[in-house]
Amino acid sequence: MSKKTPPSKDDAVIINKDGLQHLVELLRNKGYCVVGPTVSDGAIIYGEISGLDDLPVGWTDHQDAGTYRLSRRDDGAVFGYVVGPHSWKKFLHPARQRLWRAQRDVDGVRVVEDNAPVPKFAFLGVRSCELHAMAIQDNVFLGSAYQDKTYAQHRKNLLIIAVNCGQAGGTCFCASMNTGPKVTSDFDLSLTEIMDEKEHRFLVETGSSLGAQIIEELVCEKAVEEDLRSAHDAVERASAQMGRTMDTDGIKELLQKNSDHPRWDEVAARCLTCANCTMVCPTCFCTTVEDVTDLGGNHAERWQRWDSCFTMDFSHISGGSVRSSAKSRYRQWMTHKLAHWFDQFGTSGCVGCGRCITWCPVCIDITEEVAAIRQDPATKKDPL
Amino acid sequence: MVPDFRTVVRRVRETSDVVTLELDSQGFADFTPGQFNMLYAFGVGEIPISISGDPNSSDRIVHTIRAVGPISEALTKLKKNEMIGVRGPYGSAWPLNEAAGSDVLVIAGGIGMAPLRPVLYHLLRFRKRYGRVVLLYGARSPEELLFNREIDRWRRTPGIQVRVTVDHADQDWTGEVGVVTNLLPKVDFDAADTVAMVCGPEVMIRFVARALEDKGMTGQQIFVSMERNMKCAIGLCGHCQFGSYFICKDGPVFRLDKISENLNQREI
Repeated sequence: MSKKTPPSKDDAVIINKDGLQHLVELLRNKGYCVVGPTVSDGAIIYGEISGLDDLPVGWTDHQDAGTYRLSRRDDGAVFGYVVGPHSWKKFLHPARQRLWRAQRDVDGVRVVEDNAPVPKFAFLGVRSCELHAMAIQDNVFLGSAYQDKTYAQHRKNLLIIAVNCGQAGGTCFCASMNTGPKVTSDFDLSLTEIMDEKEHRFLVETGSSLGAQIIEELVCEKAVEEDLRSAHDAVERASAQMGRTMDTDGIKELLQKNSDHPRWDEVAARCLTCANCTMVCPTCFCTTVEDVTDLGGNHAERWQRWDSCFTMDFSHISGGSVRSSAKSRYRQWMTHKLAHWFDQFGTSGCVGCGRCITWCPVCIDITEEVAAIRQDPATKKDPL
Repeated sequence: MVPDFRTVVRRVRETSDVVTLELDSQGFADFTPGQFNMLYAFGVGEIPISISGDPNSSDRIVHTIRAVGPISEALTKLKKNEMIGVRGPYGSAWPLNEAAGSDVLVIAGGIGMAPLRPVLYHLLRFRKRYGRVVLLYGARSPEELLFNREIDRWRRTPGIQVRVTVDHADQDWTGEVGVVTNLLPKVDFDAADTVAMVCGPEVMIRFVARALEDKGMTGQQIFVSMERNMKCAIGLCGHCQFGSYFICKDGPVFRLDKISENLNQREI
């Protein structure tokens, strides 16, 4: 992304489906690896695309706690679904990557750091909640003295084409987290799919100077008042459809003061500690490392992979796991996400995308857990 | 995230499962007492280990390691001239400047003596800057006591009160028996003007903190060093979270009042 500027209505243009195809081709010609939503394994999955045909045209999704189904829709919408199990973090913060390798011989140990060139990604179809998730991970990986170099490199090269949601999913709650559904910043171009009585078309707004340059190369027409109104209505519709809400008022104090709440036992009795919620979460950033050697024992490698605070290993120190109960692990995840994150990074760690609700095999709903604690908050005992 | 490979210059066996490694320190940044390094055993793994050497002597990086798992065991098996991966130093330090002018109470349990040894080196070198200096040290048994010769030397040094206790004595032990908090009434310090630095098992830290508060000290005068699982040491891997804190960059040394809520909560 070149520059963060608010979208300008005056620059908004209209493209049709051919224009979208052209946009993908244009980006590929510019050397971008274009990644967007595709249908794979019965879900909307982000993968490399070469044109419109790779996008989930005419598909929609149905989501609820523990439920995800795709089905056809008859209007040929290109972005007629919400977020799937994958998030963009799999490209910016890969699930598994080698950090370095080392060779040992008589002269000592030689270490080679892995600095493979990172692809120049163009993400197509980034939702507002996901832009907020990226901003949150930016803060984690780039916001302190120690930076994640690979992440920084990926991020520097990244071009973002966002999409305003025209509908909300059954587990979406971005409206109450103030993270959507309208994209407001941190993108190069944004699209709004318009399917009114006129032509099937896309309003394209500019969020950066790089985005503006790309628009200049597109076949498009200037947006008129009617286009802007239709686009606005589409986003309003999504906003009104939110499947869930979360009351975030004083949530940091609420959770930090309720670490003994009986609700943690109740949710732990259902939680399988499977770690699904952390894998699908677009902001969860924890990793572990694996050290491996070849059979000779003189070549060693260090690999980093996603980890989850739901495993016993995660908190293991000599003497055992610090968080050995499911209760403490669920509490750690939710309290970190919704409360400690403010202390650590100045924002919530939750963007209201609803993935953790949809992909929980036992239908645990983070909005419901917050509501339960809020309904009957305990006053915490003084320490000691 | 890439370690420097250094040579083990000297290896000292302290007890049946504790070894001190002295590493070549070329190009190693100065450390402050309380800080740690990530130590990597080739192909086995990497763990945080506090620095146990003298902060004012830069010719060796010194670590005292207890073999408790596969990585620490591999580290304690390293021999002279073998290579070890080192990253650091990381983390917060003991409040040695803030403690100037006050009495200093150093309380160590077991391997917790290792991160506090640099404090003793510093206090003795700059003895005049401090009031009374007290070392209370507890171990499970006499054979598990670390740095025996040094502690004996400190015992004979004027201006420092040293008391050592063990949980389980053997026939030859003539010293104190019992938990380290039993030693508190036996030493002389002004609770109103003392800084305590405490390191040991978490349960010991809790009891010591309570005993010091019973003596009239506040959480602002008590500093403790905490331990959690750690992979990156730079606040990116998430493992060492302790409530809102990352032990690796906000700790490991904390002022007690900042963490007392977490410390009194199970499984945080």
